[in-house]
Amino acid sequence: MKIHEYQAKELFANQQIPIPEGSMVTSVDQAVDVADTLGGYPVVVKAQIHAGGRGKGGGVKLAKSKEEVHEAASSILGMNLVTHQTGPQGQPVKKLLVEQCLDIAHEMYMSVIPDRASANVVIMASMAGGVDIEEVAEKTPEKIIKVAVDPMLGIQAYHCRQVAFGLDLPAEARKECMALVSNVYKLLMAHDCSLVEINPLVLTTDNRLLALDAKINFDDNALFRHKDILNYRDVDEEDPLEVEASKYGLNYIKMDGNVGNMVNGAGLAMATMDIIKKAGAEPANFLDVGGGASAEMVENGFRIILGDPNVKGIFINIFGGILRCDVLAQGVVQAAAKVGLNVPVVVRMEGTNVEQGRQILAESGLDLRTAKDLADAAQQVAALVN
Amino acid sequence: MSIFVNKETKVIVQGITGREGQFHTRQCVSYGTNVVAGSTPGKGGQEMDGIPVFNTVHQGVEATGANCSLIFVPPAFAADAILEAVDAGVDVVVAITEGIPILDMMRVKNYMQNKPVQLIGPNCPGITTPGECKVGIMPGNIHIPGGPIGVISRSGTLTYEVVDQLTKQGIGQTTCLGIGGDPVNGTNFIDCLQAFEHDTETKGIVMVGEIGGDAEERAAEYVQKSVSKPVVGFIAGLTAPPGRRMGHAGAIISGKSGTAQGKIEAMRASGIHVCEDLGTLGHFCKEVFPV
Repeated sequence: MKIHEYQAKELFANQQIPIPEGSMVTSVDQAVDVADTLGGYPVVVKAQIHAGGRGKGGGVKLAKSKEEVHEAASSILGMNLVTHQTGPQGQPVKKLLVEQCLDIAHEMYMSVIPDRASANVVIMASMAGGVDIEEVAEKTPEKIIKVAVDPMLGIQAYHCRQVAFGLDLPAEARKECMALVSNVYKLLMAHDCSLVEINPLVLTTDNRLLALDAKINFDDNALFRHKDILNYRDVDEEDPLEVEASKYGLNYIKMDGNVGNMVNGAGLAMATMDIIKKAGAEPANFLDVGGGASAEMVENGFRIILGDPNVKGIFINIFGGILRCDVLAQGVVQAAAKVGLNVPVVVRMEGTNVEQGRQILAESGLDLRTAKDLADAAQQVAALVN
Repeated sequence: MSIFVNKETKVIVQGITGREGQFHTRQCVSYGTNVVAGSTPGKGGQEMDGIPVFNTVHQGVEATGANCSLIFVPPAFAADAILEAVDAGVDVVVAITEGIPILDMMRVKNYMQNKPVQLIGPNCPGITTPGECKVGIMPGNIHIPGGPIGVISRSGTLTYEVVDQLTKQGIGQTTCLGIGGDPVNGTNFIDCLQAFEHDTETKGIVMVGEIGGDAEERAAEYVQKSVSKPVVGFIAGLTAPPGRRMGHAGAIISGKSGTAQGKIEAMRASGIHVCEDLGTLGHFCKEVFPV
């Protein structure tokens, strides 16, 4: 799960990670009022959307006066912000963060992630901040400091020293940096974050360290023990069909093609998308109805897929194994009738009683075509939409 | 021959009295698996289809000599269940549970280091040695016993698909296992490749990967250096958009790393026979493997 910058900064403040003074607002008048309380101009007005690259897209503006705050807030609020992460359709801006502007001496980078390969928590920091860190890692890997922390041991002073000395900070800021590293680590562990990123982390001209930006992602699998974090969810930032699918416990990701597909199991679902592409068509979605797949799941799956107006045909690929295909076929027929299916469907299923299942589909009177195997299914699907 | 489990394996099922636990225990038993015990805290002394249920894994292992645990415990308690099995001294732990928090698994992984136990999963379908034993949730009837091919996969139903295609080509299997779709798991591709390389009955290996992480790249390096048997590779997720988690917690392209294309290239460069069309994988294997 992703959250907004202002929410991440709220968690930072609670963990004693220094942030600039500021507040989230939802109107131009509020923006002007908040700017006046920040102890002087200039101030920064920042669009609050989940996607990155906001500055380049025109969603971050410096304002040197009350009038400029009014101007900046009016232009950003309600705008459709397009960044490299939003896709061409952009994301409407409904919230702003108005913050004090700092005298910056240097911009740096810091992040903490659970590293899947080493099963350690890895702290990454770099003197080169405010830029794309992947680019830094590729072109100048020597500029990146990596410190691995064994989660059984927890964060130690020497870990923090490795970062503080590695960043080549002035002596006055070193202690602050060590505290910051320790607190960022503790934040990740306390809330089951899958990423805590500060880019840039800034050193001010008076040698203070602050998180100028804040990004936190959470491990979805751990949200059951963080009900407070769930309050931060902003469904306005998610695709409406994906939100709907999550209510049914379905794993759905919208894509740009026109062949809807419904599959049991994530690996097979990915492979099914690949097959559609290979056959010369484009997948409209990823949809995993779960290893088991029941009639109810299929019905909900149909509703979600048909909610996408681009869908011209549907491919159902169920490897039941233990599942009985006659029961599944009945479910498909019932669901198809119930949702008023208006596009052709190719069904490929495998499991117990597969012949009976095929017969049920054939006799349903609906546009349900059966495929004998994957290769056959792919050809039928391509023929549907081309 | 086989890897990790065989007809001597004695299984204890953690969470045996739950809906999933009961259903799949029955499926395993009907396949021929020797399920000797179950455990559910608070239900010690009961029986499930004549299988004795214990309060703790330690009690079950002590009373029955179980040497393999099969876990159907909900995600919030699953890391604890794995640790309990490890501590009780079984040789193999198969964790089916999907949805365990990554920080929990990191602690488990670090605790297990240098302990003589093989964790398979979590978030996996389990392991089958056809004709001998099935420790997991895969459909038993899709397999052919006796080898000569070993199958390793990060997925569930995609593994069944691959095994089914092998079977339809008349190609049998020594052992088939899913190592799980989570970012932090126990047994990895390399552990399995090594075991299959040493298993005399296995003559070839099918390795099924997917986007996310670099386990396939590291496995490819290992194949080049240390595997003499032919390996067929398949990677799911060529069409997956970057930055999105494709169902499995571990299936995500981060920046430029973890792409299907990168994995396919690494596998090809290591001499692995990569099949890009799942629809023809069975045929492809028939041509590669000397059977």
